[in-house]
Amino acid sequence: MAERQIAFREAIAEAIKEEMTRDEKTFAMGEDMAVIGGAFGATKGLLEEFGEERVMDTPISETAIVGFALGAAIAGMRPIVEIMRCDWMTICMDEIVNQTAKMRYFTGGRPQIAVVIRTATEGGIGLGAQHSQSFEAWFTHVPGLKVVMPSTPYDAKGLLKAAIRDHNPVIFMEPQILYGASGPVPAEDYVVPLGKADVKREGKDITIVAWGGITPRVMNAAQTLADEGIDAEVIDPRTLRPLDIETIVASVKKTSKAVIAHEANKTSGFGAEVAAQIQELAFDYLDAPIQRVGAPDVLVPINRNLERIVLPGPERVIEAVKAIL
Amino acid sequence: MPVAKEKLLDLYRTMVRIRRFEERVSEEFAAGNIPGSVHVYIGEEAVATGAIAHLRKDDYIMSTHRGHGHLVAKGGKMNLMMAELFAKQTGYCLGKGGSMHIADLDIGMLGAAGIVGSGIPIATGAGLSARIRGTDQVTICFFGDGASNIGRFHEGINMASIWKLPVIFLCENNLWAVSVPTSTSLAIQDIADRGVAYGIPGVVVDGQDVMAVYEAVGEAVTRAKKGEGPTLVEAKTYRYRGHFEGDAGTYRPREEIEKWLARDPINIFREQLTKTQMLTEKQVAEIDKEALEEVAKAVQFAKESPFPKPEETLDNVYA
Repeated sequence: MAERQIAFREAIAEAIKEEMTRDEKTFAMGEDMAVIGGAFGATKGLLEEFGEERVMDTPISETAIVGFALGAAIAGMRPIVEIMRCDWMTICMDEIVNQTAKMRYFTGGRPQIAVVIRTATEGGIGLGAQHSQSFEAWFTHVPGLKVVMPSTPYDAKGLLKAAIRDHNPVIFMEPQILYGASGPVPAEDYVVPLGKADVKREGKDITIVAWGGITPRVMNAAQTLADEGIDAEVIDPRTLRPLDIETIVASVKKTSKAVIAHEANKTSGFGAEVAAQIQELAFDYLDAPIQRVGAPDVLVPINRNLERIVLPGPERVIEAVKAIL
Repeated sequence: MPVAKEKLLDLYRTMVRIRRFEERVSEEFAAGNIPGSVHVYIGEEAVATGAIAHLRKDDYIMSTHRGHGHLVAKGGKMNLMMAELFAKQTGYCLGKGGSMHIADLDIGMLGAAGIVGSGIPIATGAGLSARIRGTDQVTICFFGDGASNIGRFHEGINMASIWKLPVIFLCENNLWAVSVPTSTSLAIQDIADRGVAYGIPGVVVDGQDVMAVYEAVGEAVTRAKKGEGPTLVEAKTYRYRGHFEGDAGTYRPREEIEKWLARDPINIFREQLTKTQMLTEKQVAEIDKEALEEVAKAVQFAKESPFPKPEETLDNVYA
C-alpha cells in the first residue's frame, strides 16, 4: 500500500487533534485559529472536534495569550497556543522569556510548565519585513525553553506530538513556506523525540546542517552536488534546543567539512552556535573553515526578486560547499 | 453581612501575623541577612486579609513583588517563606527565587511577580483553567496602581471579561509606583472606573478597613462563582515604608504619610473589635505574642538552614 501523503498544515492539525483526544488537560487558543482554522489552515477541524471550550479564538492580545497559557499550565493544564507569526513573538517576549521560561526554576522546580507556543516562521512568500523573520536564535538563547523547527510533514506531526507531551515550554516554529508541502505521514500515533537530529541524506564528502524551510532546498542542492560527484551528508537537527550535537559531530568527524545553512540572518544566527560547538568538539577533524549560509544583514523586502536575493537558496549552499572542497 | 466572631478574630490574627512578619523582614534585611530586594506589605494588610478570607485552599491567588502578605493570608508557611528570603536551601524556591518568586501550589498560590503587571494574564489563565475543568475555583489577582498602566492590564482583563472568567482583579492602589504618584500617572481619580471599558463592575473600597474589603470582594467572588465574570476592585491603601527596603521614600510628603499612618488598618480593626467586645485586651496581647513567636521560629529556621549547594545550581531548568 502506498504511504499516505498529507500536507504539512494537515500534519500539524492531526498532531493537535490526536493529542487533544489523548489528554483532556490540553486546549488550544490563538488568533483566528478556531472558526477559520488558522491563518495557514493548520488548525482546521479542531473547533468542530472539541468545541469552543477547548478551542478558542482570542482577541489580538499576544501578551495575554502566552500569559494565559502560563497561568493555566501552573494550574495543571497543558495549553497549546499560537502566535500567528514569529515576527510577533516580540510582542510577548516578556511572557515567554521572563515568565514562562523561568517559572519552574525560580519557584523551586515544582510546577510543570507544559506550554507549547506554535508560530509560523521564516519568509519566502513575499510578505515583507514584519511577516518573514525567523527568531529561533532568540529563543535558543533562553534557558528553560525548548525550540523545535520541523522541515517535513512527518517530522511536524511527530515533533508536535512530542512537544505537547513534554513537561517544558516548547517554542514550535513552523516554516510558513512549507505549510502546503506534502509528504508521507502515518495516520497512526507516533512521536519524533525532541533533541534528536535526523540524517536526511547520508554522504561522505561534506556535512551540511540545515533546519527549517531551507532544508528541502538543501536536499535539492545535495542532489545537484551528487550529480557533480560531491557526496554531501545533510543533517536536520529538528530540535535546536536541546541540540543533538553528537549526531552533527559524528558526521563532521567522518567528512571533515561542515556547512551550516539557515534562512535567518547570518549574524548571531543559530548557525554560529552550531559552528562554535563543532570546533569545540571536532577541531582536529576539520580540514577547512566551517561555512555559514544565512540571510545578509538586511530586512526582508516586499519585492519578490529582492526577497529571493536576501533569503538564501540552494545556489548559496552549493557555493559554500564548493568554497571549502 | 453578619460575620462570625471566630472569622473576625481570624482576620485580626492574619493582619497581625503579616505585620510582625514584615517588621522582622525589615530588620533582617537591614542586618544583611536577606539578599536582593524586598518590598514589605506594612500598611496594606487589610487588603490581602479581607480578600483572601473568602477563598478555599484550592482557590488561586496571584501575587506581586509586594507579596508576603498575600502568601501569609493564603496559608503560606512562614518558615519556608523566611528561609526563601534568606536564600536558603529549605526555602519555598530552594533558595533560587527569593522574595518575588514564591509559589505554593498546594494552597493555590500561583506565584508572585518580579515584573510589574506580569501576574494579570497568568492569574486569568488560572481562571480559564477552572472554567475548562468545570470547577468553581476562583482566582484573585493582586496588582498595584503601577500595573494598571501596563498593556497586559488591558489584554488580561478584556479577555477575562469576554469569557466571563472567575477572576477578581484586586488593585492595591497605594498611590505610588516607586517614586511616581498616581496624580501624575493616571488621568482619572479611580482605577476602578476602567471597569466600564471592559463591561465589568469597578468598585472602590477603603483598603484600610478590612471589613470593607471583605464585603466588596465577597460580592465579587459570588459574581465570579455564578459565572457572571470578573470584577475590578480598587482598594485605596498605602505602603508605610519605601518602595523597597532601603528606599527612604523621601519623595512622599510628610503630611501624606502621617495622614495614612493615622489610618493604620490594624488599629482601625482592633478598635472596631474591642468596642463591640469581640476582642479583649488580653486576646490582643496573646495574638501579638503568638505572631511574634511564629516569626521568631521562622527566622530561627531560616538562620539554621543550609544554603543551596553549588551542585544544585543547574537543577530544575527543565522538568
